[in-house]
Amino acid sequence: MSSPIFKSPVVRWIDHRLPIFSFMDHELNEYPTPKNLSYWWNFGSLAGMVLVIMIITGIVLAMHYTAHVDHAFESVERIMRDVNYGWLIRYIHMNGASMFFIVVYIHTFRGLYYGSYKAPRELLWILGVVILLLMMATAFMGYVLPWGQMSFWGATVITNLFSAIPLVGESIVTWLWGGFSVANPTLNRFYALHYLLPFVIVGVVVLHLVALHRFGSNNPLGIDTKGPQDTIPFHPYYTVKDMFGMAVFLIVFAGFVFFAPNYLGHPDNYIPANPLVTPAHIVPEWYFLPFYAILRAIPDKLGGVLAMFGAIFVLFLLPWLDRSPVRSSRFRPIYKWFFWVLVADCVLLTWAGAKPPEGIYVVLARLGTAYYFAHFLLLLPLLSIFETPRPRPTSISQPVLRGGGVPAGARAKPMEKA
Amino acid sequence: MRRIVLATLAAAALGLSVNAANAVEGVTVPEQDWSFDGAFGTFDRASLQRGYQVYQQVCAACHGLSLVAYRDLEAIGFTEDQVKAIAAQAIVTDGPNDEGEMFEREGIPADRFVSPFPNEQAARVANGGALPPDLSLIAQARAGGADYLYALLVGYVEPPADMELPAGMYYNTAFPGHQIAMPPPLSEGVVAYDDGTTATVEQMAHDVSTFMTWTAEPKLEERKRTGVKTILFLIVLTGLLYATKRKVWQHVH
Amino acid sequence: MAESVQVGGGVGRDEKPKSDEPTRRDFLYLATAAVGAFGVASVAWPLIDQMNPAADVLALSTIEVDLSQIEVGQRVTVSWRGNPVFIDHRTPEQIEEARAVDVAELRDPQTDAERVIEPEWLVVVGICTHLGCVPLGQRPSDDRGAFGGWFCPCHGSHYDTSGRARRGPAPLNLAVPDYEFLEPTLIRIG
Repeated sequence: MSSPIFKSPVVRWIDHRLPIFSFMDHELNEYPTPKNLSYWWNFGSLAGMVLVIMIITGIVLAMHYTAHVDHAFESVERIMRDVNYGWLIRYIHMNGASMFFIVVYIHTFRGLYYGSYKAPRELLWILGVVILLLMMATAFMGYVLPWGQMSFWGATVITNLFSAIPLVGESIVTWLWGGFSVANPTLNRFYALHYLLPFVIVGVVVLHLVALHRFGSNNPLGIDTKGPQDTIPFHPYYTVKDMFGMAVFLIVFAGFVFFAPNYLGHPDNYIPANPLVTPAHIVPEWYFLPFYAILRAIPDKLGGVLAMFGAIFVLFLLPWLDRSPVRSSRFRPIYKWFFWVLVADCVLLTWAGAKPPEGIYVVLARLGTAYYFAHFLLLLPLLSIFETPRPRPTSISQPVLRGGGVPAGARAKPMEKA
Repeated sequence: MRRIVLATLAAAALGLSVNAANAVEGVTVPEQDWSFDGAFGTFDRASLQRGYQVYQQVCAACHGLSLVAYRDLEAIGFTEDQVKAIAAQAIVTDGPNDEGEMFEREGIPADRFVSPFPNEQAARVANGGALPPDLSLIAQARAGGADYLYALLVGYVEPPADMELPAGMYYNTAFPGHQIAMPPPLSEGVVAYDDGTTATVEQMAHDVSTFMTWTAEPKLEERKRTGVKTILFLIVLTGLLYATKRKVWQHVH
Repeated sequence: MAESVQVGGGVGRDEKPKSDEPTRRDFLYLATAAVGAFGVASVAWPLIDQMNPAADVLALSTIEVDLSQIEVGQRVTVSWRGNPVFIDHRTPEQIEEARAVDVAELRDPQTDAERVIEPEWLVVVGICTHLGCVPLGQRPSDDRGAFGGWFCPCHGSHYDTSGRARRGPAPLNLAVPDYEFLEPTLIRIG
């Protein structure tokens, strides 16, 4: 791409020495994007926006929060009661975590449905999974900070997972705690890391975007763009579409913040932490429930922990487990169904994770866990061999040759704008 | 748009599964009508002040309200002078003074509510081993919120014939497990309301539950008010952005 | 907008913009941008305002001080908004000395009467107007400077018995906080 000509001499002077304007023009303005992206492609930019919201509100909360077991709970309540707009900022941050996971989970499932993890975007996908892991660590440590009952017992249970590691497990847990139970040193280090990790996420997001812009976005047809007739410049087309999506999303977000701020939380976290009394039912935040269900489904301590972490690590291998050359589910008649079964399976696991670990719930959690791993480790490799894909269109702007549903390409005309 | 709706539904479905986890097991908590319900809900000031009176004359003997300051009472309709008078009735331990001694003084509006017991151990000794919880956040710290508090306060009945209650325990329909160490706190006329309202148990339970909802979230009204404005604004912005998006995209097929 | 729906959905469409389109489109863009900018500005305010003093800080911004225990000639320090406030129960000689000063010679001209409500009670914020140190002079053993008031050890500013800057780098007199007498021996500062 040739360098753009800037009107302003100041911009030209700077750009000659530090080509940030050329860079922004190249990546955000004329950046060629497939013209057939659906609204499912909004969730990446939505995730970026939520990350920014979380960092800004988080920095503000840090100005008022006290990371000490004797003061943490009260300092959060001081934010809610006395700090100007503190209630608003804290509710945004608190619900923002849930919003972040909703958006990222949808973004992930979009990638699964349209095969966005396949060559040449394997590293893009892997970086995405790294971001998800970092988000989970950040969210977990953030939940500890208000030092309520769920904070304390969540921290206790999750850090105890590491005690399942043979030989060194106990030492690792003691090291994580900085003592012999979750206490003040634990709270302090969690606070430090909770402040640090979001910026690490920003770094990985930059890498995620670099990898994305190497080959450009995948699209609902899952076929490569063949030339300018298949693409449109990012600005104004996708900037305005992303902004529209953000506004819609903000309505949902605001609905939670202003009218159901504690709906996704748990009442026990409004009770100050008490190291001597565990609440009757301890449940993680909803976004951890599927993993929690997998943890409890395995009757063995180490096995449960391995299965839980395995549920995420299997995603790293996904580009090599699914060998089908066809990306989009539109042209994969069988995979499409299994995709929706996987979605249902994850909903089932979420539900089972919220229930007490007894009776039918354990059975369902085990079935759900088994299916989850079977999907990735068994079904996907087999489908790559046995599934006959539907014919794919030759390009985004050409109609599909025959039959095979009515993809967006059926209506597509060559771009006159070019 | 259809897809956005789908996404919203998915989010709501996830939320529902969580809510199921919050349900109190084995206890039924009927829903009451509250002035603060709904998107436009506000606190009934008269009920809040009566609720404060119930707290002060009944609950405060055992339960603290340590996150609320006397000055906060101005928000429920007390005047500055009334708040000063209320605060002055409290005895606050302050210090050390110039002689290095702790001393007692009258409360001022900036003080937080003084708790009835100096620490947890003292509270337990005075209450037969049971700890009366601080009530500042009780409406948020219990599933069911105000509905639960109301049900608990009116839920004292005779135990079923086959149930043997340990000494010092009372039977309550709303309390998880039904055995509660708190004696029935409310009885007809235990409070003489300043505004002349008849102090039935139901009335007092309603008022003090309203008051507890306020102490748990004093910014509730501001939150809902801001929320209505924010959502209206976002709907306008969304409409404009949708129109702009259609305009920009009209020549792309 | 109905029109754009048709154009977007149809196969054949008008290539040339209609004559009224540029203004309508410009108006739409401007309106959207303006509403968006308003939204961003509304969000900015809570983020700025959260750094202002919180309600519990403001609640302590006024204090009441009982003066009945302060002897003539005694000076006490009270804490107000985290800062020291000097209360000086002045002797008749000190009052006389403060009144005798020729106001025209002062760098920050103020008569003593402008600085007190009751002549025997001087109430000033005990922070040197130079760079914020706390001047000496509250204890009888302190160096009170050349004018019998206060002396700032940081950079050598001298204040007189009315708390006025007389020598050294301090540009202004010691500030007098807002206060009022609720009773003859009870003041409220702030």
